[in-house]
Amino acid sequence: MTAPLPPAPTPPPSYGYVSPIPVRRAHLGDALASEWTKIRSVRSTVWTLGTMVVLMLLIGLGVAAIASGQGGNMGEESALPLGFFGMLPASICVITLGVLTISSEYGTGMIRTTLTACPSRSRVLTAKAVVFFLLVFTVTLIVSFAVATAQVAMVEAAEPTAAEWARATVGTALFLAVLGLLSMAIGALVRHSAGAITVMIGLLLLPLVAALFMFAPALKGLQEALFTYSLPSQMIALYSDRPPFTESGPAGWEALFILVGVAVVGVGGAYALLNNRDV
Amino acid sequence: MIEAVGLTKRYGAKTAVYNLSFQVRPGVVTGFLGPNGSGKSTTMRMILGLDRPTAGRVTIGGHPFRQLPNAPRQVGALLDAKAVHGGRSARNHLLSLAQLAGIPARRVDEVLGVVGLQDVAKRRSKGFSLGMGQRLGIAAALLGDPQVLLFDEPVNGLDPEGILWVRNLMKKLAAEGRTVFVSSHLMSEMALTADHLIVIGRGQLLSDMPVKQFISANSADFARVRTPETEPGLREKLSGVLTEAGGQVLSEPDGALRVTGLPLPRISDLAHGADVRLWELSPHQASLEEAYMRLTQGAVDYRSTDDKLAHLQAPPQPGQPGYGMPGHGMPQPPVAPDAPGQGGWYAPPPPGQNPPGPNPYGQAPAGPNPYAAPQPPAAPSDTTEDAR
Repeated sequence: MTAPLPPAPTPPPSYGYVSPIPVRRAHLGDALASEWTKIRSVRSTVWTLGTMVVLMLLIGLGVAAIASGQGGNMGEESALPLGFFGMLPASICVITLGVLTISSEYGTGMIRTTLTACPSRSRVLTAKAVVFFLLVFTVTLIVSFAVATAQVAMVEAAEPTAAEWARATVGTALFLAVLGLLSMAIGALVRHSAGAITVMIGLLLLPLVAALFMFAPALKGLQEALFTYSLPSQMIALYSDRPPFTESGPAGWEALFILVGVAVVGVGGAYALLNNRDV
Repeated sequence: MIEAVGLTKRYGAKTAVYNLSFQVRPGVVTGFLGPNGSGKSTTMRMILGLDRPTAGRVTIGGHPFRQLPNAPRQVGALLDAKAVHGGRSARNHLLSLAQLAGIPARRVDEVLGVVGLQDVAKRRSKGFSLGMGQRLGIAAALLGDPQVLLFDEPVNGLDPEGILWVRNLMKKLAAEGRTVFVSSHLMSEMALTADHLIVIGRGQLLSDMPVKQFISANSADFARVRTPETEPGLREKLSGVLTEAGGQVLSEPDGALRVTGLPLPRISDLAHGADVRLWELSPHQASLEEAYMRLTQGAVDYRSTDDKLAHLQAPPQPGQPGYGMPGHGMPQPPVAPDAPGQGGWYAPPPPGQNPPGPNPYGQAPAGPNPYAAPQPPAAPSDTTEDAR
């Protein structure tokens, strides 16, 4: 019944294990390659971006066909603002993909595996943001350029200026990509796919819908503010040299700058929380 | 080498891990044992820098994980077999991790071969069985060919062949000089795999010692004594004599007596002196599983109760000995269940041989099994009373 004296613990070997695989420090480039592998190897990317391309093409060409069938009377405007009608549904696809880029890692637990393979959380988030941004920007740039070209060719209207061309193509692509970044930030903050997508869709549509029903004169100021600064209005403003609805308000590139400001705050919050929170 | 000092983690009011200090050395497999919810996974996550300790610290090779240079080349971990994006193929999953850590892509095919998943490498991991998921997780841990390896419940869901493979893999990895830290709630598995054991319960350290020492310190040897069934009086007589001599006597359901605290020859002498014939006098050793269960029995968070379907049963008639009233009309010594592991009862540890280290739960009250005996008597005087 007496326990024998404890044997001395096995002395650890004086050497540690040394891997034959050459060790090199990982950097942001490695993280970018990894995130590219991740984003191209899941179906949700193909589905959301594919849907986006189809919607932009169908709606853009459809609207242009109707407009040209009605004699192409665009007033003083060029045909480029027709691109807005494809951009609105495209933004929903981009929001979904942006949220899923990070929230799917939380949903599956993959985030723990990822952060074990790369303890630098900022590097992971930066790589995600860069890869996602470039992917969305490239795809939307190509599609919006194709749609804009077709619309200008189909509808007889004023010849667009170079600045208008730039905003309708590069501007649109940047706007959608930045909106996607904001979605990614919300995804990182909320860490739940459905929750984050709901937040973003609400942010996209609710202000405009609420403003539609503000009939009381006392709410006139609020109604104007919501009309002016809601996301769909910003998209319309992007195509226009003058504020589209009211006397003041953003027009042209200003709409993009406002969104960039919001996205910077969101992404900054995502960095801060990701670095300090348990995963 | 993993070193934890005063590691504490609180989630709101719940303390998941409290003041945990231990070292995990290279060259041996260290088992990390504890019941469900005892804080094993939380500890693992803190080691990997995923969760921030509320107090204390844990280092790998002297550095906190997040400050390790080339962390993925020094530490590999399997935390959760399901922690993969199910829509991604096994190969792409590993490829993304290899790229993230700066590991050559050909290593991916190597580890796929090591874990035997090369034939399903292109399949999406959503369709994987739990065992295949474990293999994929182990592949991810091995990807960086690291010096320190952490595995959280690696044999869950594996078939016997897979369990044997994991067991041998752990031993091989440790023999190469690596630090291997494996958590499990299966003592029997750890007894075969690990060289060293760290046992926790409710987030606190219960035991930290080599497996061999754990067995000898925790296994309660006992003698089984059987008196002639034809003469029931002899049994009680013997039990009284043995108790007076300082032994602890428990009755087993089949009528045998379980005696601790007395060597076999002494039992024989006492029986002879009391003029009691013996049909059986045999030495027994509690299994490692029993030792572990006894160590952690007070620290189990999730314990089942019997499904009595009480609302469907007629109320017990007064005056009749019913369920839940052990001892009524039965022999006096407390009854030991015949199958250890079913009830909340285990043989008491031999006197003076409690494992070193804090064991705040060692003397916890018995489990809620209404059919089991009361907690084995703590003092001989209780038993004397019982035996009469």
